[in-house]
Amino acid sequence: MKITVRVWRQPSPDEAGRMVDYPVDDVAEDMSFLEMLDVLNEQLILDDEDPISFDHDCREGICGSCGMVINGQAHGPVKTTVCQLHMREFRDGDTIEVEPWRAGPFKILKDLVVDRSSFDRIIQAGGYVSVNTGAAPDAASVSVPKADADLAFENATCISCGACVAACPNGAAMLFTSAKVTHLNLLPQGQPERENRVLRMVQAMDDEGFGGCTNVGQCTQVCPKGIPFDSIMNMNREYLRAVKSSRGNQG
Amino acid sequence: MLDYRVGEPIADTKAPEGPIGERWSTRKFEAKLVNPSNRRKHKVIVVGTGLAGGSAGATLAEQGYHVIQFCFQDSPRRAHSVAAQGGINAAKNYRNDGDSVYRLFYDTVKGGDFRSRESNVHRLAEVSVQIIDQCVAQGVPFAREYGGLLDTRSFGGVQVQRTFYARGQTGQQLLIGAYQALERQIDEGNIELHTRTEMLDLIVIDGKARGIVARDLTTGKLTTYLADAVVLATGGYGNVFYLSTNAKGSNASAIWRAHKRGAYMANPCYTQIHPTCIPRSGDYQSKLTLMSESLRNDGRIWTPKREGDDRPANEIPEEERDYYLERQYPSFGNLVPRDIASRAAKTQCDIGKGVGPGGLGVYLDFADAIARMGQPAVEAKYGNLFDMYQRITAENPYKVPMRIYPAIHYTMGGLWVDYDLQTTIPGLFAIGEANFSDHGANRLGASALMQGLADGYFILPTTLNHYIASNKFPDVDAADPAVAEVETGVQERLEKLLSINGTRTADSFHRELGTLMWDYAGMSRNDGGLRKALDRIPELREEFWRSVKVPGTGFALNQQLEKANRVADFLEFGELLVLDALVREESAGGHFREEHQDSDGEAARDDENFAHVAAWEYCGPGENPVLHKEALEFDYVHLTQRSYA
Amino acid sequence: MASIELAPPRLTGMRALWHSTIGKKAVVAATGLVMVLWLLVHMLGNLKIFFGPTEFDAYAHFLRRIGEPVLKNSWFLWIQRAVLLVVLVAHIVASAQLSIRDLRARPTKYTGKQRFEATVTTRYMRTGGIVLGLFIVWHLLNLSVGVAVPHYAQARAYENVAQDFSLWWMNVIYIAAMLFLGLHIHHGFESATRTLGYHRPTRARAIKITGDVLAVAIAAGFIVVPVAVMTGVVS
Repeated sequence: MKITVRVWRQPSPDEAGRMVDYPVDDVAEDMSFLEMLDVLNEQLILDDEDPISFDHDCREGICGSCGMVINGQAHGPVKTTVCQLHMREFRDGDTIEVEPWRAGPFKILKDLVVDRSSFDRIIQAGGYVSVNTGAAPDAASVSVPKADADLAFENATCISCGACVAACPNGAAMLFTSAKVTHLNLLPQGQPERENRVLRMVQAMDDEGFGGCTNVGQCTQVCPKGIPFDSIMNMNREYLRAVKSSRGNQG
Repeated sequence: MLDYRVGEPIADTKAPEGPIGERWSTRKFEAKLVNPSNRRKHKVIVVGTGLAGGSAGATLAEQGYHVIQFCFQDSPRRAHSVAAQGGINAAKNYRNDGDSVYRLFYDTVKGGDFRSRESNVHRLAEVSVQIIDQCVAQGVPFAREYGGLLDTRSFGGVQVQRTFYARGQTGQQLLIGAYQALERQIDEGNIELHTRTEMLDLIVIDGKARGIVARDLTTGKLTTYLADAVVLATGGYGNVFYLSTNAKGSNASAIWRAHKRGAYMANPCYTQIHPTCIPRSGDYQSKLTLMSESLRNDGRIWTPKREGDDRPANEIPEEERDYYLERQYPSFGNLVPRDIASRAAKTQCDIGKGVGPGGLGVYLDFADAIARMGQPAVEAKYGNLFDMYQRITAENPYKVPMRIYPAIHYTMGGLWVDYDLQTTIPGLFAIGEANFSDHGANRLGASALMQGLADGYFILPTTLNHYIASNKFPDVDAADPAVAEVETGVQERLEKLLSINGTRTADSFHRELGTLMWDYAGMSRNDGGLRKALDRIPELREEFWRSVKVPGTGFALNQQLEKANRVADFLEFGELLVLDALVREESAGGHFREEHQDSDGEAARDDENFAHVAAWEYCGPGENPVLHKEALEFDYVHLTQRSYA
Repeated sequence: MASIELAPPRLTGMRALWHSTIGKKAVVAATGLVMVLWLLVHMLGNLKIFFGPTEFDAYAHFLRRIGEPVLKNSWFLWIQRAVLLVVLVAHIVASAQLSIRDLRARPTKYTGKQRFEATVTTRYMRTGGIVLGLFIVWHLLNLSVGVAVPHYAQARAYENVAQDFSLWWMNVIYIAAMLFLGLHIHHGFESATRTLGYHRPTRARAIKITGDVLAVAIAAGFIVVPVAVMTGVVS
């Protein structure tokens, strides 16, 4: 099939960008979306044009590198990552609009590549259990109720792709941050730092300039890993609990 | 054609003598220590942030070293360890099913087809126990039973249940654990992390590794980083085959540059092929996706009996189907080990019985399982895999058989390291898949994660301490001619790539190299094919440097330049892999030489002549490499022939 | 040597509450709930108009006498007004600050049309908030202080109401504002339970129904008065 890709071109962070149309012929239905971009890029290189930059790595939906807004939808029409989206979801003759994640804290580096290092800084603020190598007790000494373990796991499946921020009308990183807070604050290992963790991580999230949650729910609609919307509510509760608690107030 | 000569044999002199169970303790005790307050004065470079690099960086920083760490991705959490599905082995024996450190050691040596070092493998088995403790303490959400305790399952044909797992994404969960430990040290100011930064060369001064030259992939700026030791945790080289289950960015550049600076490369011909991958669908295919091996527990593998039978699978009657694994290996059937299942599939396709586009696939049929267990039971067990298959192929595996084909998955070879994980360049360490590792000629399932974390959390931090304590580190001047020479070399190479402005893209060369490697040095290899590849690779390399087209400049984000630079290294590395495969005139594990098989078509090892590690020394451009052999001794595990018929 | 404890947060307690997105949202939620409760009482009081001028004026008179003899006449009303004003200002300031932050966090719109799955009420929170803010000013000037009304008569509440709602354009403003109020409460109530952490999957249905009922009841309760005046039920 033949399609037209209308894609955001921006040479560098400081230059203005614009949407540019590129026709792509010979698109096979079994191609992944990124393979279609590969084919287009090969063509662009041979035509002496600058190929389109986009982040990608594992191409099996787990590393979280890839991500773009396709026809207004983060990761495109199917609830999965772009690398797992296939061209059979589109029709011959379609014009497909491709844009980078847009959010204040996600600076565009080039074309569809954005800077998501703010996510790492949120994790740095407390998205871990402070245990040095070698200091761990026997694994069987901690028992975790299966329901808690399963919910912690569900939240731990976040791949940090940033689709939640891209889709949120407020540019909020609440789903991302709350997934980590929920994962660690649910487990017994996470208890000693429970209050400090949520206070520090929310602080970091705010410092990066992300917006606030207005309970719209777009984030969870586009999340390729299905992080539950309730995690945000859970983080709110953890936060208010920490504000009230004496441990959180020790400062 | 590339030739070689045999040099002095080498020995791993670092492994202590004595009973195998005490060697690691002895080494730890004999290792010199660095006073905690002095560690801050020592800088250590760690390249890579996967399971090995992430865990090493975090642990060294916890100990007090000043760590400078690098990853080419935008975040350390994206390293390809993230994609491991199955699980991680540990000799915990929580099931009381007869497991022990010794049994894990034994299984690993045997599974590696007796081509690994006993001392290293035993240490790996010992440390496996601590890894699980560490990960649980970090909050890694392993699968648990209703009683709240950790669940385990069996894996890869071993007879005990020692594999810990986190649904289908154990790799991601373990990596996040290491990543979080890393981020914690960054927050404390102990690690200086450079993301989107790629190592392009190694700096060796007075015979010691003292730094790297790295390129900031966003700005294109080249920077020299100096330190007292350099740790490479840059993963495997599976992408030399172009199509593999590796991530698109996975590359061999760091280990290849280290090799060219003097580090020996060991056993590059040991590559592992995974039998159950989704077949390629066209020429545009950019990578292959693996599906868990567990599918072979209930799926039946077959091809049509008649060559070129192009009827849809469901229209081929039962009596015209050939369940070739069940026919050839009646006792193991569809559950034969990875290498055997892979080769059998290739044979079927080679004789024209392959199915699907290009005849590169065999059926994996669940019709019997669905009839026997009912669709809901099959769904509960394999639902996520079926979904993934359907998303990629648009075929419903509940209705029509899946199509599968083998793909390159893991590489057992890598930089040669001694018992201390140090390469032949003092101060240069290699950990995880980047070293030639503990897996011999074949890795068992769920052992890669174990080895990466063992190296990073427990082994390297001990041995690196010893290296730092036993050496003096005079300050290196940034203007040192040795430094300048490396910087200039890197600069010139990038300029050269950008200036050729030829007619072919880097990807087209990579594809061609990959096809060549797969055809002649893939699942099975023979003398004639390997020689053909050795003829063709230099031609291709020469063509690359004459007619590659790299757009853009070196002073900005330029993904094509990154790619071309990596492909250039693959074009050199691939040749050594082929040479190693040609020289190893036996079949062992993932290395199958058609000339060396028994009457049943099984791999035939030659313990008399090849029970050694082949460590290659680089001798300069255009010069023949030198082969150094490290003899392998087996004092504990008796050498036997594997048989699955 | 590396420390093994998580460093303390920079902001704690009440400061964290006001200076973080989550804390500020909690302020919006809590003040919103207080106002919903107050509106419910206000609406019920309004309905007394259907029992005739005597009842209604007596109710208006009673409002001034709450707290007697401890408090002097009208004191309670003023205290209540002051509290409500603080609540309202906090609600508006916090929401405005959050909105400014949100707009900054998402400065560029997508060219492609987003498949918006947010409900209508969610999308109109900000617009509705602004409309309600303006309405409150107008409403206070109008009914309590009497500035905007030509025939305002202190202590004759029933007449004032009947008089006001006999003007059609006033009714249009009033009814439109009450519809916005209903929408605002519809999303606001459930959102507040999430923000304050009371929401649970098991409570979802109850919370949803409560929010719907509150939204409809409060809006409808206020709207019936002008409708009654217009249709002559109250005159």
